[in-house]
Amino acid sequence: MMAMLKLAAHSAWARRLTLGVTLFSIAISTAMLLSVERIRLNARQSFTQSVSGVDLVVGARTGGVQLMLYSVFHVGQATNNIEWTSFAALAGHPAVAWAIPLSLGDSHRGFAVLGTSAEYFPRFRYGDGRWLKFSDGKAFSRVFEAVIGSEVAARLNYRVGDSITLTHGFGNQALTEHADKPFAIVGILEATGTAVDRTVHISLEAMTALHLDWVAGAPVPGLSIPQNYVEKFDLRPKEITAALIGLKSRADVFRMQRFVNEFRGEPLLAVMPGVALDELWQTIGMVERALFAVSALVIVVGLCGLVSTLLAGLNERRRELAILRALGAGPGDVFMMLAIEGVLVTTAGAMLGVAVLYAATHLAAGWLLAQLGVVIAAQWLSPAEFGLLSLVVLTGLLASLVPGWRAWRMSLADGLTPRV
Amino acid sequence: MSLIGTAIELDQVLYRWPGQAEACLDIPALSVAAGERVFLYGPSGSGKSTLLGLLGGVNVAQRGRVSVLGREMRAIGARQRDRLRAAHIGFLFQQFNLFPWLSAIDNVLLPASFSAERKVRATSERPLRDEAARLLTQLDLAPSLWGKSAAELSVGQQQRVAAARALIGRPQIVIADEPTSALDAARQLAFVDLLRRECAAAQATLIFVSHDERLAVHFDRQISLVDVNRAANRAELQGSAS
Repeated sequence: MMAMLKLAAHSAWARRLTLGVTLFSIAISTAMLLSVERIRLNARQSFTQSVSGVDLVVGARTGGVQLMLYSVFHVGQATNNIEWTSFAALAGHPAVAWAIPLSLGDSHRGFAVLGTSAEYFPRFRYGDGRWLKFSDGKAFSRVFEAVIGSEVAARLNYRVGDSITLTHGFGNQALTEHADKPFAIVGILEATGTAVDRTVHISLEAMTALHLDWVAGAPVPGLSIPQNYVEKFDLRPKEITAALIGLKSRADVFRMQRFVNEFRGEPLLAVMPGVALDELWQTIGMVERALFAVSALVIVVGLCGLVSTLLAGLNERRRELAILRALGAGPGDVFMMLAIEGVLVTTAGAMLGVAVLYAATHLAAGWLLAQLGVVIAAQWLSPAEFGLLSLVVLTGLLASLVPGWRAWRMSLADGLTPRV
Repeated sequence: MSLIGTAIELDQVLYRWPGQAEACLDIPALSVAAGERVFLYGPSGSGKSTLLGLLGGVNVAQRGRVSVLGREMRAIGARQRDRLRAAHIGFLFQQFNLFPWLSAIDNVLLPASFSAERKVRATSERPLRDEAARLLTQLDLAPSLWGKSAAELSVGQQQRVAAARALIGRPQIVIADEPTSALDAARQLAFVDLLRRECAAAQATLIFVSHDERLAVHFDRQISLVDVNRAANRAELQGSAS
């Protein structure tokens, strides 16, 4: 058997070009499977961890998913707002440690504008409990100051000190500029891989100030309050869109949720963000499964290539098999030789694929985060990835049985005289 | 294994290839004495390759008895047949005998790595490589060619390397299947002479298969497969009748 293995190695080396190409294609498909899987998991993680450390998200009564969509992802619009008095009542509840108001509706060149309190920056957490950090500047402290997310800064090439104007409404409905009240950028946040990156943050007072001379969603004709006069007005907000609430004790979460849902002042809804985000991810899980199916198919294509290469090579190797038989090799040995060759090519290909994955994640991780907001961690193979990898090798083993079986049949039929 | 006695004996042997209606071999009796050099001839289709398959233990007769070196091929298992072939039979084919990606001398060394028994015999007088070198020298292959890959050698040189491989470790039986068909007439005779001499020196039984009856005179005995094999005989009669 040792002699057979040595001969098989020589024989494989003689066919190194075709085998090399096959090995390479398996490597590429393995790398693709693993990176798709990694991106999928990271996407899921950064999605379901868009907020952390928040016990409840409160908004006007709608669906939980819809509330999450507009309050956390800034997608879509709230049908109703919350009265400031309701928010104040919730914030004053004895079980509540902190409450952050969120006010949405304006935009800046396609990016959402979020009105909030300065407390937002030290309170908001994402991922596995990470805090927001400023890559430049600081939080807003005056009315016409803005803090922008990393993607806003990168896409629009903004720096601290730049001046921007906001637009009333979003998308197609964004018709009117708040051109008379420009904002100064005072801070830029580090990339988080969440919706924060795509958000312009201003204070709630600024949100009110912008709309002082507006009534029912439109500027009042002939009325214009200059920027330097707004601070003479009462800028305390009358309404907000949603609120993030942290509790003193997590044990109170269900009690507090019931309190909000049965709030007497107006119909409110409180959702637990983790549960709602999981639920939301389920609805877009189709994409996830499709991604996995595609990369699994790529592996199948790679292994089909292996089988066809080995089968095609087999016809040219009939002489070789006959000589092996004459030397004393049994049909079982011939079978093993082919099967082992296939398994080794698959294994080597899978290993090369891991190397390609590592090289790619090291080289492209920064670019992926900056350009696509995709977090791809350069980490050692997880147990699940090891599982996938062994599944690839196992499938390779099964696929290698085909040329092995063919060689076995061939050497039985040919005996010592190959019919070429 | 005694030298005196029968190397090969066939008794009422019937062989039919799977999926074929007619038997390909039907040999009532055939025996070859140990050390005998036999010329086996017959037209193509007379069952030469099939007979060699039976002798090598690659195929097994459906009926009758095939004994090689005193062992009944059907009685021993497939593994044993493979071992018997590796240890005691040297094979030589028409052409493409060698692994092109191995050097000439590595090709000669192969049987020793497939059979421990053969390795022991090959190294009884000198180290294995020296024994291979001795055979290659005997077969008139210049040392400068030994390290070359088999693919670089001429057909004549390749056949001599193949002969050295068949002879290494002194197998009791050497089976040569049309080994000269790729050589020109002058080289054919030289090669047959060489093979005969080497088998005599190794005291090996030689079964030399060919359809070229001109070579027959160089052997102790000539066996016509058409005479021995009733299946070929029937086919021949049918052919001449139609």
